[in-house]
Amino acid sequence: METATHRVDNGVNVAALLGARDALTAAPEAARFQWRATCQWIRGTYSRSAVESFFGLGEEQKHRSTFTFEADHPEVFASEDHGATPVEIVLAGLASCLTAGVASVAQMRDIQLRSVKATVEGAMDIRGILGADADVRNGFDGIKVVYEIDADATPEQIRAIVAQSQKRSAVYDIITNPTNVRVEVK
Amino acid sequence: MSRCLAERSIDHVVLERGEVANSWKTERWDSLRLLTPNWQSRLPGFTYQGNDPDGFRNMAETVAFIKQYARAISAPVQTRTAVTSVKQVDSGYEITTDQRTWYAPTVVLASGACNVPVVPAVSKLVPPGIAMLTAMQYRNPHQLADGGVMVVGASATGTQIAEEIQRSGRPVTLSVGEHVRVPRVYRGRDIAWWMDACGVFDERYEEVDNLDRVRNLPSFQLAGSDDRRTVDLNSLTEIGVKLVGRLAGVSEGKAQFSGSLANLCALADLKMIRLLDRIDAWVSERGMDDVGAPPHRFEPTHVDASPPLVFDLARGRIRTIVWATGFCPDYSWLHVPVLDRKGRIRHDGGVSAAPGLYLLGLPFLRRRKSSLIDGAGDDARDLSAHLAAYLASGAAHSRAASLAHS
Repeated sequence: METATHRVDNGVNVAALLGARDALTAAPEAARFQWRATCQWIRGTYSRSAVESFFGLGEEQKHRSTFTFEADHPEVFASEDHGATPVEIVLAGLASCLTAGVASVAQMRDIQLRSVKATVEGAMDIRGILGADADVRNGFDGIKVVYEIDADATPEQIRAIVAQSQKRSAVYDIITNPTNVRVEVK
Repeated sequence: MSRCLAERSIDHVVLERGEVANSWKTERWDSLRLLTPNWQSRLPGFTYQGNDPDGFRNMAETVAFIKQYARAISAPVQTRTAVTSVKQVDSGYEITTDQRTWYAPTVVLASGACNVPVVPAVSKLVPPGIAMLTAMQYRNPHQLADGGVMVVGASATGTQIAEEIQRSGRPVTLSVGEHVRVPRVYRGRDIAWWMDACGVFDERYEEVDNLDRVRNLPSFQLAGSDDRRTVDLNSLTEIGVKLVGRLAGVSEGKAQFSGSLANLCALADLKMIRLLDRIDAWVSERGMDDVGAPPHRFEPTHVDASPPLVFDLARGRIRTIVWATGFCPDYSWLHVPVLDRKGRIRHDGGVSAAPGLYLLGLPFLRRRKSSLIDGAGDDARDLSAHLAAYLASGAAHSRAASLAHS
């Protein structure tokens, strides 16, 4: 909510997003994006993934720099713990996606955020990934996200922002709905 | 529209593929009642005269009401006349039917938005042995085999059908996607009364932020009944209906449900709260705070901590699937280049992109109430004025000022 001297600024360029939405409604081919990552094995369960380029708006695009993610398994898995586990990276992906959404929705609704913190928990029975029980799935039994948000808004407005963020979140959709994954070997 | 055109002395004919009120008579289930109270079906020059204004008409009463109106206004209806093609010609439009061909400078499409049931593509992957029917084919629970039923879709149709089927002794699993929750009664008044009084139903299309979104909103989870009960996900859970998320896929005979059920229910609860806040504010502004009960809120939608994500359809627990997944209009006969890339007619408040071609009865066509019986009147008044001006302007070919037929 704006005051006479202070404009709401969560750092999100809403005008650009709305402009993009209109433009892409008229030109849906430009909306086709392809996100990418490459992964190099280092040793054991330790690998390094890199994100550098993607395709969108009709042409190849590059990030400002190459981003890397180290992944490994922890010592309780008899491993060396050089990085977070892949499943933790997924939880971070969910939290980041939802958090970006919270900022965008708050900006669109003219609500000033002061702080936003998400705590994510993913419950898992590791007998699944160990192949010890066919009835146990590999992935999470369930994921819980708890948001602590300090903003210029009523608790209900904040709940509504968080609900809307889920509605438009890519990672939330990826996790809650089926996605085709095809793995080939060259 | 016919009544409005007659008032303007505009020659017209109403083409109906069946009998008057055909869809109400032939494409609805037995126990269906309007979800708006009787007093709220106000047509131009014709209001409810019966002794149950707060009741809800059943289908026979709805058909009778519309037939009475047609007679009262002497509407020039050609029944059993199916339109097979509409296309543009020099004089305006050529309307081909299974009876004869008509030529007219203007055409009003009032065939509604519910001609064809929408069934998701995953229906093709449902294993054999499970009966499937759409909401348009559903008539009553006795059509269905004994045993479990999965109802897909939790808007007005889905929730009403789920309630009826569960009460018939067939356990219902309800797959819930996006939905709109409202109570039937709030602070002593019907929710339809509130939405009318507060101006919610009169909201205009030009004032809406995202028109596409509101035109695609699911129908209210609302039902008409003598006891004015609220039919929502909590009331369904109470009688034993099991909720699962949106049907996201069918793979190897297993139905997959989205893990987003909790959020969809939260979104619906929040939207309902916003509506009730608006009602309370309206009441306060008018100093009516002592009318009816004080402001209150309803129980949030109860969702299990871990709703099932998968159902093995081959196990036999589900014998029937009812698709309550919406409807869409049939424009297969419309050979006028007014369709957008998604097959919807391009229009501005019912004035289509083709000169002389008008639409009626679509969701939020001009107002939030446009798809209600009560909304037809105001929209018809607006559009008949536009149509009359169009005819008078001479933009329509002058030699087609009256109807001609081959």
